[in-house]
Amino acid sequence: MTPLPVSIAAAVASFLLLVVVFELIRSRRLRERYALLWLLTGGVLLALSVWRDGLNTIAGWFGVETYPPAILGAVGALFILIVLLHYSTVISRLSDQNTILAQRLALLEQQQREGTPATER
Amino acid sequence: MAELAEVPVAPAATVLAQLGELKRLAIVPALNEGESVGRVIAEIRLFDPGFDIVVVDDGSTDRTAGIAADQGAHVLRLPFNLGIGGAVQTGYRFAFERGYDIAVQIDGDGQHDPAQLPAILAPVLAGEADLCVGSRFAGGSGYQSSFTRRVGIRVFAAVVSVIVRQKVTDTTSGFRAVNRKGIALFAADYPHDYPEVEATVMCVKHKLRLTEVPVEMRERAGGESSITALRSIYYMTKVLLAIFVGLFRRYAVPLEEEHRR
Repeated sequence: MTPLPVSIAAAVASFLLLVVVFELIRSRRLRERYALLWLLTGGVLLALSVWRDGLNTIAGWFGVETYPPAILGAVGALFILIVLLHYSTVISRLSDQNTILAQRLALLEQQQREGTPATER
Repeated sequence: MAELAEVPVAPAATVLAQLGELKRLAIVPALNEGESVGRVIAEIRLFDPGFDIVVVDDGSTDRTAGIAADQGAHVLRLPFNLGIGGAVQTGYRFAFERGYDIAVQIDGDGQHDPAQLPAILAPVLAGEADLCVGSRFAGGSGYQSSFTRRVGIRVFAAVVSVIVRQKVTDTTSGFRAVNRKGIALFAADYPHDYPEVEATVMCVKHKLRLTEVPVEMRERAGGESSITALRSIYYMTKVLLAIFVGLFRRYAVPLEEEHRR
């Protein structure tokens, strides 16, 4: 069985994560679309910390008999990996868009300097 | 305002007379709507040649922008797809900076009939509303849509109605008219994908008066709907989260100063 202090600490930590993410969305420093994964992370970790029998059962499925809270760490690591992968795709998209913006700007500047409308239809 | 049926549908002639000298703009968001955008522009002109038209091309790969420009519309070509929210807001920014008094929003896919513009313009021109939305469900027209879409629309309508304490039937309609106040708000702040739901809540938070009128919508004339079944579930979660968090915000965003006009 998971030691009670571990459950309490994990619950407090995941609750804090949820509060911080919520506040970041509220103050418009984090867009909803990038917050969903974090909220899911916080939610799942909070559920696993509070629902101690469930954590035991899940630990059992994976043959973790000695120390069930290890599952908390594993789940947390898994979610962090997912978030990182998601960010990699976001950064890739942003850098593609950045290239397009720079190219458009160069074309516009050329057009403005030389006065030749590069009409593209 | 809560009773939709009480909003009288003014005849087109009255609305045209009220439009008078007002500087008015039709914002037409379009993504690969080359087949329909030309007809939409022509139909807006047919209703009222006094409307300036701005087509916001949200990264189309077809001739949408070219066709719109040939028809004499202003064309804002976004360098890449911003999504409907970003595209529409570009139109409202244009309206704000060019000092338009009134703006209507009409999809470039032809599902909104410009002949029904008098219906959504009337409450705004009469000074009864700052934002008037054309609703598919208020009048009970036989609107066809996919199952997930209908469920989503119903859920949003229920949630939004509770929050704004006013009956709202169609929160996803992109057929609407706004006055200068609405233009200023949308230019300053507009939600991202699937934006109409949040925009409705935002308006009421900013003490803008909102009303709905029944309209009929047509089958899409061309192009593809940008929303697929799986995506609507993701959007629903995201939008419900956005609405929920929005409840804890005092102000969405400070409005831009009018002197920029």
